[in-house]
Amino acid sequence: MKHLLTTVLVFSCLAPSAQADTVSINGAGATFPYPLYSKWFSEFKKVDPSAEINYQSIGSGGGIRQLLEHTIDFGASDAPMKDVDLAKAKPPISHFPTVLGAVVLTYNVPGAPTGLKLSSETIAELFLGKIEKWNDPKLAALNPDAKLPDLPVMIVHRSDGSGTTAVFTDYLSKAHAGWKDRVGAGTAIKWPTGLGAKGNEGVTGLVKNSPGALGYVELLYAEQNHLPVAQVKNADGQFVKPEPKSITAAAQGALKTMPKDFRVSITDAKGKDAYPISSFTYLLVYKKMPKAKGEKLRKFLEWALTDGQKLAGAMYYAPLPASLVPRVKAQIRELVLE
Amino acid sequence: MTSATSTVSPTSGSSRPRARAVSMAQVSYRDIRRKWFNRFMLGTLGVAALVAVLPLISVLYYVFKQGIAGLNLEFFTQLPKPVGETGGGLGNSILGTLTVVMMATVIGLPFGIASGVFLSEFSRSRFTYTLRFCVELLAGIPSIILGIFAYALIVVPMGGFSALAGAVALAIILVPTVAKTTEEVLKLVPDHIREAGLALGLPRWKVILRIVLWGSRAGISTGIMLAIARISGETAPLIFTALNSQYWPHGLLEPVSTLPVQIYTYAIAPFEDWNRLAWTGAMTLVFFVLIANVSMRLILRRKA
Amino acid sequence: MIRNSSDRRFYGVLLAASLVIVLVLGAIAAYLGQLAWPEIRHSGIGFFFKEEWDPVNGQFGAAAFIYGTLVSSLIGLVIAVPLSMSVALYLNELAHRRVAAVVGFMVEMLAAIPSVVFGLWGIFFLVPMLRLHVEPVLGKTLGFLPLFQGPPYGVGMLAAGVIISIMVTPTITAICREVFRGVPLTQREAALALGATKWEMIRLAVVKSSWSGVFGAIVLGLGRALGETMAVTMLIGNRNEISASLFAPGQTMASVIANEYAEAGGGPHVAALAYVGLALFVVSFCINFGARFMIERLKLRKAAA
Repeated sequence: MKHLLTTVLVFSCLAPSAQADTVSINGAGATFPYPLYSKWFSEFKKVDPSAEINYQSIGSGGGIRQLLEHTIDFGASDAPMKDVDLAKAKPPISHFPTVLGAVVLTYNVPGAPTGLKLSSETIAELFLGKIEKWNDPKLAALNPDAKLPDLPVMIVHRSDGSGTTAVFTDYLSKAHAGWKDRVGAGTAIKWPTGLGAKGNEGVTGLVKNSPGALGYVELLYAEQNHLPVAQVKNADGQFVKPEPKSITAAAQGALKTMPKDFRVSITDAKGKDAYPISSFTYLLVYKKMPKAKGEKLRKFLEWALTDGQKLAGAMYYAPLPASLVPRVKAQIRELVLE
Repeated sequence: MTSATSTVSPTSGSSRPRARAVSMAQVSYRDIRRKWFNRFMLGTLGVAALVAVLPLISVLYYVFKQGIAGLNLEFFTQLPKPVGETGGGLGNSILGTLTVVMMATVIGLPFGIASGVFLSEFSRSRFTYTLRFCVELLAGIPSIILGIFAYALIVVPMGGFSALAGAVALAIILVPTVAKTTEEVLKLVPDHIREAGLALGLPRWKVILRIVLWGSRAGISTGIMLAIARISGETAPLIFTALNSQYWPHGLLEPVSTLPVQIYTYAIAPFEDWNRLAWTGAMTLVFFVLIANVSMRLILRRKA
Repeated sequence: MIRNSSDRRFYGVLLAASLVIVLVLGAIAAYLGQLAWPEIRHSGIGFFFKEEWDPVNGQFGAAAFIYGTLVSSLIGLVIAVPLSMSVALYLNELAHRRVAAVVGFMVEMLAAIPSVVFGLWGIFFLVPMLRLHVEPVLGKTLGFLPLFQGPPYGVGMLAAGVIISIMVTPTITAICREVFRGVPLTQREAALALGATKWEMIRLAVVKSSWSGVFGAIVLGLGRALGETMAVTMLIGNRNEISASLFAPGQTMASVIANEYAEAGGGPHVAALAYVGLALFVVSFCINFGARFMIERLKLRKAAA
């Protein structure tokens, strides 16, 4: 008993005893940018050692909820916040686009080439369960040179709510009227067919191990696991391979109609080089913040929009289009410190 | 074990029939059947035990095989590094888990043991039925709901994630296991022992504490170890309460990194360095429980 | 039997601690009820019987999850209980002391392995084994039963049931060992003295008198089975449907909450998930109540006989 008490006391000396001027900031949200953000925060700590920014990936929805409940200092989300949620925010929240990402279609079909060509119709019909085998004529029409086997298609989707699903279904809703009517878009939807796996890694794992599987994941996961990735037909009729270049091109196409608060969807974007299933990811920050934390966050955001962008490409994220950066920086200056 | 049917009678010179000689040929079929059935059932028991133990061994082996590669001093003393940089460790997570688990045990153990004692020793009280039910219901709640509950109870009012909130969530998981095992183990103590104590004039509470509880300490410690083992590996409740952190723990009222959450984050990431750290972390967790188990048994044995 | 004031104080302390537990349970139920209220008002009891789960259109029903939880837990227990009892008996009665110590230790350590690790082991070991070896064989031999029909994905209800049984075994085994160890030596010797074989001694003296303790172990195991989240969600296929086959993917209550809660935007979705949590309470309650009821009836029948 004595020993127990002593040990407890020793550990409670971990109570606020951080170095004098370390500022601890906690954030949570989207899983998609987690690898990049963790690199960013670690690099930023080298620039400013007193800034300890802790980011955890719990999901975009969770990040938004916890930001609204003031249990974290900043949030992150792939899809921009809805109006009804923004209205609840006291003080109001600003959206800062940080990088771009893409949702890619990955598959496990013995004999199929990498870069299989797919269009929005075929993708929708595959996920609706209307195309049931890989040697279906509709797929052969798009890929005349490929030898597609007589193998049933096993659809793999996300079992958990996710920004990736939101982006993917947003694209399908825009590009295919039948999908919009039957299923719709959202972070969690009622899938007409297929198995669910948890997280990008779950889908990757299941596709990797199941012949005939077709799933959607973030580009990073397909690349790291050396999985084949499909080329998708964009709004201009071109088949585009998902890579940082084509993703940034998608954002470029949306610049003219970009609203002031940066809340926009860039799926099915115009532009011949644009990859149609791309999206921004945002950092969500309160417009008014306490002085110490707010100062560090402002410094970080400035850094992220300049030096941080250079680290993105190596990790298969696409940097923001150069012409967008000054507008985002202007929004940083609008943050008020108490 | 064979037994022969024979009549035994006193070999005095009476008119009763003399004892028949026992011969091996008179072993009944029933006994032979019993003997073989005995061997068969014991064999089946052995086979079943093997079937049960094999997957367990497979899991342990798998964890060790994957985890042993990353075992070095750096693992215990360093913070995790971001992607692309080799090295790094889970020192903060190990410290965090130790802290949170210990706090959870300190918070939950008194309630667990107290209710276990109540259920066993005062089982005639009307409240007992309700309490037993509540303990069993509590045992069945998914840990994620407890995490959500602790989030609403502690994190939101406090305005932030903390090790304390995590400890509370884990304590709620600990209590039913400890309570149930304590109750079952105490019920095994025969009543005559209690009666002996009372007959010696001891007050009831002393009988319960000093004799019954103390005598069952081995079984109770098994229950405690099971509970500690379980909460050490819980992930979902900690995500909602202690969050996680890439830095050394700052204090009990700040987010803290814990092994299960970090293992979860890294195991499912697409980077091999992180995966390796996750496996070594899982192995460490198992070791941690092993050490706790061994020390607990040693402490109890020494005082005997 | 309370002798004096110190006994009364002791009783009071125990009672207070126990009351806290009941209060915490009540608070959890109340919190869930409050979160779930919009959905309760909307769907009422029908929620338990509807299979539809459509967050986009706001249609929610927990039938598929209730089915999945019950079936996977049932499979888990059906496999785990006899095997755990066998391990416990084997280690206690038959094994060499040192073997028993080592193996017993290993089994207890397994309780510490995080659910996620079981899930990963499942994905790399169990699922391929099921998909390539076990399920095809079962399909060919027992395929006339609806239980074993359908394509062998590997992931599905069977995989979830098996992983639950593996995760629940350490708990049940450890408690059974304690309970079996607690049978007094006199009981065992009496059985042997009466001419029982070793197996008969085990059956009559050890197991028969320990049913209450074994039941307690099963309850704890069941508790874990009902609430098990991470490993199940990685192996069950996550399909929100009821299906007769064990090979088919399904979904459990704990798993759907874990999957969707963090991202659930908007009131109705969160309310529906909280209602699922409440449903788990109800299911747990019913199982416990039913089991206790059966036990009491068996006891009465035995006493009358």
